Amino acid sequence: MVTTTVERTVDEADDAPVVGGQASPWRLVWRRFRKHRLALAGAVVVLFAYFVVAFAEILAPGSPSAVDEKHTYAPPQIVKVDLSWDDGLRLYANGYTTKRDPETFEQIHTVDPGKRIPVTFFAKGDAYKMWGVIPWDRHLFASADPDQKVYFLGTDRAGRDVFSRIIHGARVSLSIGLVGVAVSFVLGLLFGGISGYFGGTPDLAIQRVIEFLMSIPTLPLWLSLSAAVPDQWGPLARYFAITTILSVIGWTGLARVVRGRFFSLREEDFVTAARLDGCGRGRIIFRHMVPSMSSHVIASLTMAVPGMILGETAMSFLGLGLQSPAVSWGVLLQEAQNIRTVETAPWLLIPGVAVFVTVLAMNFVGDGLRDSADPYK
Amino acid sequence: MTVAATRTDTALLQTRGLTKHFPIRRGLFGRTVGTVRAVDGVDLTIPAGRTVALVGESGCGKSTLGRCLLRVHPPTSGEIVYHRTDGTAVDLAALDEKGLKPYRSEIRLVFQDPFASLNPRMTLLQIVGEPLRVNLRLSAKETEERVAELLRRVGLRPEYLRRYPNAFSGGQRQRVGIARALALAPRLVVADEAVSALDVSVRAQILNLLKDLQDESDLTYLFISHDLGVVEYMADEVAVMYVGRVVETGATEEMYGQPLHPYTEALLSAVPDPDPAARRRERIVLRGEVADASNVPSGCPFHPRCAYAQDVCRTDVPALRLVAPGRTSACHFAGQLDLKGVDGP
Repeated sequence: MVTTTVERTVDEADDAPVVGGQASPWRLVWRRFRKHRLALAGAVVVLFAYFVVAFAEILAPGSPSAVDEKHTYAPPQIVKVDLSWDDGLRLYANGYTTKRDPETFEQIHTVDPGKRIPVTFFAKGDAYKMWGVIPWDRHLFASADPDQKVYFLGTDRAGRDVFSRIIHGARVSLSIGLVGVAVSFVLGLLFGGISGYFGGTPDLAIQRVIEFLMSIPTLPLWLSLSAAVPDQWGPLARYFAITTILSVIGWTGLARVVRGRFFSLREEDFVTAARLDGCGRGRIIFRHMVPSMSSHVIASLTMAVPGMILGETAMSFLGLGLQSPAVSWGVLLQEAQNIRTVETAPWLLIPGVAVFVTVLAMNFVGDGLRDSADPYK
Repeated sequence: MTVAATRTDTALLQTRGLTKHFPIRRGLFGRTVGTVRAVDGVDLTIPAGRTVALVGESGCGKSTLGRCLLRVHPPTSGEIVYHRTDGTAVDLAALDEKGLKPYRSEIRLVFQDPFASLNPRMTLLQIVGEPLRVNLRLSAKETEERVAELLRRVGLRPEYLRRYPNAFSGGQRQRVGIARALALAPRLVVADEAVSALDVSVRAQILNLLKDLQDESDLTYLFISHDLGVVEYMADEVAVMYVGRVVETGATEEMYGQPLHPYTEALLSAVPDPDPAARRRERIVLRGEVADASNVPSGCPFHPRCAYAQDVCRTDVPALRLVAPGRTSACHFAGQLDLKGVDGP
């Protein structure tokens, strides 16, 4: 054992004051991510989207399934500010006048500037159970008159509020991405880890499987897999079936990232050093290798979420994913499938905007994370 | 055929016919199409308490040999006989990972690259403390005290315990690497090109640090280097390697004064002479490249580049043999050729 205490004098060149080096790796990642403006903006949008998901019941002006036969295909009502009323500032929206088309007998709703419906914050409206437990009936922003609804983004074929449905649809569409990615994450980490750490025959086998899965065109694979989902399954079972179908393909990309990182890390001197320090296999992997790839893995996970969202949207749009009464952005877009509907009720395309904005924001975040994943380069 | 330890020293570690072959694989199913003979039947003795240098050109297998001793690579064949403190000997080449564990703390490695060998995501405390935590299962507090002590020993301030390596210079990082190697009070330290990546100004400091540590802790070094100037300063004995084989061994001064292998002569002629007034030595420029370890020439592997090559060199492989007391050479004409060394002062 070493017993001598040596206070060694060092030449000045090597005793130069050490500046910095106190920031943890995650802090360095954050410093670089912060400089990526677009990614930062994307992160704000994504956080907002998940905030909406969490508080969908309050934020939506009404129930997503409430049907209003009198107002089918009603156009969006715009919130206006009235300063002329006696008691100061008031918010209102114009009501509808309904006419019947003399030829088709279809009801045509037009916004009538003559009618006013007051709009307030925390208005009493459709009763709901917050997170399925707490009963309440207040909505953040809705019509003050329970008998006269206001549709900020119009209504669909059954007179359901598009705005409320988009907010509630976010719940399914955004969570399916996370759940799907979580499943892919487990599969990708497992198979990529085996492939990269052991190499040789297991690697060869796993790589061929990945290549096989990647070479199947996704759409036909989705179609056949979702056709295998029994019709009588409830919305929840169907939701998980769709998630599984999405992650069957999703894990391959992540497995390749993990494999590549393992391959390059295996050759690193500091991993050899850990082995020579007497670390066991588990400690080498989890303490010395995994921290060096966690930021890469998180970056590729973020990039995988929008793919999942688009996959769900595409499947549901084709009628193979979730189906009514479940509400998701893909299900909503199903309403806008034919050109006639789009012509008469273009607001039914707005769920597409929600998909677009969210996916774009997530891609920006993923991009920023990828660029800042390795702060030591 | 064992290279006899020169003086009366007791050997700490000896290799017998140590061989490491890497298969060359090609194609979809990894068919073996050839073999790189990185280390090919090396007999080497490292006497306790001394510094043995392993020299040779890039790609001659000296690093692979060093890493085989540490069992980073499992050797293809041969023995690594390690003499324990209680006088018994053990063959490290025959042990499995579990059996190796006690020796992992007695034989340590200092890496060449001070940047790649320190995990950028760990603090100095975590890096240097890792062998302590894993092997001795020390508490966090004890580890911290020991690491602070180790940093002081290698000339770093203990205040830097919780800093990450990115803040440190190459020389300082190499000190951290040395502290990690010393953490478990080793007997043998393999320094694999430990100063090659450093600035010349810092190099001397690290060399002196290694020398001081050797005096304080009775260390044995295997000093792997391609820099013969550094080797002359550090080593008691030198082993010269060429294409996976040891071609000459001997005490440093004797070998530098009178090499016994044409390859050593060529290496020594390339050492820069710091004295401009000194008579210009004739530089021997070797023809061609280092022989390919996957396609070793017949006979003496050095014959295609050797100025003294005869017919016998093309056909017969020269064995490493005792030429003079404490001197071995693997040249058919060792002792018969008049080879030039470095002029003495």
